[in-house]
Amino acid sequence: MAYQVYWDDVIEGMQLPEVVKNPTTQQLVKYAGASGDYYQIHYDQAFAKNNDLEDVILHGALKNAFLGHLVTKWMGPNGDLKRLVAQYRGMDIPGTPVTAKGVVIKKYQDKGANLVDCDIWLENDKGDRTTPGSATVALPCRQALPD
Amino acid sequence: MTTPASFLTEEMRNQAIGQKSEPRSIDIEKGAIIKFAQAIEDDNPLYNDEMVARDSRYGGLIAPPTFLRSVGVDRPPYPFDMPFNRMLDGGSDWEYFHPVRAGDRITAISEIADINERIGRMGLMVITSIVVTYRNQFGQVAATQTSTSIRY
Repeated sequence: MAYQVYWDDVIEGMQLPEVVKNPTTQQLVKYAGASGDYYQIHYDQAFAKNNDLEDVILHGALKNAFLGHLVTKWMGPNGDLKRLVAQYRGMDIPGTPVTAKGVVIKKYQDKGANLVDCDIWLENDKGDRTTPGSATVALPCRQALPD
Repeated sequence: MTTPASFLTEEMRNQAIGQKSEPRSIDIEKGAIIKFAQAIEDDNPLYNDEMVARDSRYGGLIAPPTFLRSVGVDRPPYPFDMPFNRMLDGGSDWEYFHPVRAGDRITAISEIADINERIGRMGLMVITSIVVTYRNQFGQVAATQTSTSIRY
C-alpha cells in the first residue's frame, strides 16, 4: 500500500502504467459466476456462432473491469475514482491478450477536489483499440493547497 | 431473419422513456467481493485482503468499481413486444459518489433514459440507454451506471 500518486506530480500527457490481461474461457466462466451474467455468448461457442459471432466473446463488463483495474491501480489507495466510461466498439475473444492503457489529458481543480481526466482504452494484439473510454479521478496533494 | 426497415414509433419511444424496474436489494458480502476481484484478476488488497483494508482509510474491504454489475438489477420493462431477442452490451458510463463496502445493503433501480433505432451491420438494432441508480442503506446514491443495451 506504499505506492501513491500525488496530484502535484501528475503531468498532462503522462501515461498510466499498462495492465496486461490474458483472458481465457475459464476466466469468462469465473466472471459469469461472479457477476451473475450467464448470457451464453460468453461461454457456449455454438450459441455464439448462432448469434453471428466468430467465437465466444469477452463480457463487455469484464473489459470495463479491466479498465477499472488500470485506473484504480494507478490512482493508489488514496485516490478516488469519480467516473469510469467504457465503450465496447470491437469484440475481444479469449486466448487473445488485451492491454489496458491510458494517458492523462487534463489536470484541474473543481470544488476543492484535485482532479485528473484520462483517456483509457483496451488494445488487442493487433493494436486495435477495441474498448475506448475515459476516467476521472481525485488525487491527494502532497501539501494542502491555499484556498 | 427478415429485418424490417423500422420498428420504433415516436409513440413507442415516449411510452418507453421513464419506464422503471422494480427495486432490487442485495447485501454486499465480503466473499462476493473477493470472488469478483479474483474473477477480474485484480489483486488490489482493498478488495482482497481484509487485514490490509482495515488499515486503509476505508476501514475494511470495498468493492471494485464495476462490482455493482453483480447486483443483478432487473431491466426496465418495454411497454411493447420487443421482437429482437439478441443482445449486445454497448458500454457503460459510471459515476461514483460513495464507496461500496462489505456489509452495505445496496438497492438498485433501472430506468430507460432513451431509446432509438439504427441500421447496423447486423440489420435493424434497437439501442436503449438505461440508467441504474445504486443506493446504500443510508439512502445515499453510491453510484449510477448508464449502460447502452443493443437489441438486434
